[in-house]
Amino acid sequence: MTAQQEKVAIPAQRATHRKPAISEGKRQERRLGWLLCAPAAIVMVAVTAYPILYSVWLSLQRYDLKFPENREFIGLANYATVLSNNYWWTAFGVTVLITVVSVAVELVLGMGLALIMHRTIIGRGLVRTSALIPYGIVTVVAAFSWRYAWTPGTGYLANLVAPNGAPLTERGASLAIIILAEIWKTTPFMALLLLAGLALVPDDLLKAAAMDGAGWWQRFTKVMLPVMKPAILVALLFRTLDAFRVFDNIYVLTNGANETSSVSMIAYNNLIKGLNLGIGSTMSVLIFITVAIIAFVFVKLFGTAAPGSSEEGRR
Amino acid sequence: MTAKLRWGVLDAIVVIFALIPVLWIASLSFKTTATLTDGNFVPREWTWENYKTIFQTDQFVRALINSIGIALISTLIAVVLGTMAAYAISRLDFPGKQVLVGVSLLIAMFPQVSLVTPLFNIERNLGIFDTWAGLILPYITFALPLAIYTLSAFFKQIPWDLEKAAKMDGATQGEAFRKVIAPLAAPGVFTTAILVFIFCWNDFLFAISLTSTERSRTVPAALSFFTGASQFEDPTGAISAAAVVITIPIILFVLFFQRRIVAGLTSGAVKG
Repeated sequence: MTAQQEKVAIPAQRATHRKPAISEGKRQERRLGWLLCAPAAIVMVAVTAYPILYSVWLSLQRYDLKFPENREFIGLANYATVLSNNYWWTAFGVTVLITVVSVAVELVLGMGLALIMHRTIIGRGLVRTSALIPYGIVTVVAAFSWRYAWTPGTGYLANLVAPNGAPLTERGASLAIIILAEIWKTTPFMALLLLAGLALVPDDLLKAAAMDGAGWWQRFTKVMLPVMKPAILVALLFRTLDAFRVFDNIYVLTNGANETSSVSMIAYNNLIKGLNLGIGSTMSVLIFITVAIIAFVFVKLFGTAAPGSSEEGRR
Repeated sequence: MTAKLRWGVLDAIVVIFALIPVLWIASLSFKTTATLTDGNFVPREWTWENYKTIFQTDQFVRALINSIGIALISTLIAVVLGTMAAYAISRLDFPGKQVLVGVSLLIAMFPQVSLVTPLFNIERNLGIFDTWAGLILPYITFALPLAIYTLSAFFKQIPWDLEKAAKMDGATQGEAFRKVIAPLAAPGVFTTAILVFIFCWNDFLFAISLTSTERSRTVPAALSFFTGASQFEDPTGAISAAAVVITIPIILFVLFFQRRIVAGLTSGAVKG
C-alpha cells in the first residue's frame, strides 16, 4: 500500500519541482483538486445537509398539509408529542430488536460464508456467484418471495412449518420472518466485508500457529480475529446503521400490522398517510440523532478501528 | 477426498440458501391461476400468462421504462462526478481532501428516511416532485460515496508512471490518456457503474415517497400498487412475473461480472 502511495506521490513532486515557482504548481494542484471535487461535494451537501437542517426547522412547527392554515411555530412541542407517544417507542423497540438480532446472526453467518468463500477448494466461483444474488436482488422482490412463501395455502414454507396458522398475522412470527428476510438479504454483504479482512490474514502466520500446535479454534480466535478486527468493526458499523433503516421488508411483509412498524415505517406513514410535515420532520430528526449516536459510540468504543481513522492510518 | 466432500456440502448449503427465494418467486410467476395457491414449490402447470399480462399493462411497462431510465441516468452522473472526485482524492494533494472523504462516509451511513419528509416538501416547492429528476437527485447523492470509495481504491492501484513513460516514448497527452490510462481505469469505472446501478435499481423508500403517479414510479414501488388483469384478481402471479423481470439484470450482472463485483465491494470495504 505504502509502496504504491510513494509511486503516486513521486510524479506530483517532480511536477512541482519543474516549475520555477513551487507555490504556483501547488496552487494549481489545489485548484484542480477543488474543481474536480466540487460537483460531487455540492450535490452531496445540497441533498443531505440542507434538507436535514430544513427538517429541524419544520420540526419546530405545527405543519399539517391537511390544515395548512394552522401552520405556526410551536417550539419543541412536536418532540414532546412524539417522545411521549407509545407508537414511537414500540416502533423504536421493534427497530432495535430487528437491528440487534439480525446483525448478530449475520456476523456469525457472514463469518462462516466468508471462510467458505475464502477457503473452499471446489466451486469457489459458484459459491461467490450464488452469494452475490441476495446482495444484488431488489429487496422488495425478495420480500414478496418471503411473503408468498409464508402465505397460508400459497406458500411452501407456511404449509410446511405452520400448516394451521398464518405466521404473518402474528406479531412474534412476523418479526421472526422480517429478521429472516433481512438476514438472507444482507449476510452476503457482511461476508464480503469480512472477506476483505480475511484476505489480510497472512497464511504463514496460520501455518506457524498450526506448527506450534494451535487447534482450529485457537487459530481462528488468536490469529485470524485480531488481524480481522478492523474489518469486523467496519462491517458491524455499516450493517448496524443499515439495519436501523429497515423499511422495505416490513412494508411488503406486514405493512406494519400487529405492531411490527420500524421507526422508518412510522415516519413514512406520518408523511404519506398523515401528511403531517411537523411530526414527520420531528421523527426524521430523532432518527438522524439516533444514528449519529450509534456511529459516535462505535467510533468512541473502538477508537482507531473506526472507518474514518483507519482511512487516515493507511495514508 | 473427505475434505472435498465436506466443502462440497458446505458449498451446496450456501447455494441452496441463496437461490431458494429466487427460484420460488420464479416458480410462482409460471404458475397458472388455478395452481397458484397449491403451495407446491415446482409449478404443476406451466404458463407464460403472467408475463403476457404485465407486458400488456401500461402500469408495468411505464414503471420499467422509469426504472431503466432513472437508474441509467443516475449511474452515469454519479460515475462521472465520482470519477472526478476519486481522481482528485487519489492523485492530487489539496486541503479539504480528508473532509470530503469524511463527508462521503457520513452520507453512506445517513438514515435515508430522515430525508423523506424534507425532500418531499422541497421537491413539491421546486416542482420536481413525482418527476425523474426528483428521484435521480437523491440517488446520485447516495450513490456518490459508494462511487468515490470504490473508484479511489481502484485508482490507487493504477501505475500512473506509465503515462509518463508513454509520453517519453513520444505519445501526446491525449494519446497517453487514451491508450494507457483509460484502459487501466476502465475496469474500475465499469465495476463502480454496476454497483451504483444495482443501488439505484434497488431503491424503494425514495421511489414510493417521492412519486405519486405512474409518471415516475419505478418497478419496486409500482409492485405494491399492482392489481391483477382485472381489479379483483389476485395479483400474486403478476407481481411474481414483474419481480422476475427486474431480477434478470441483477442475475446477468452477477453471472458475468462476479469477480469484478467482489473485487469492487471488498476494495471499497478495505478502504472504509
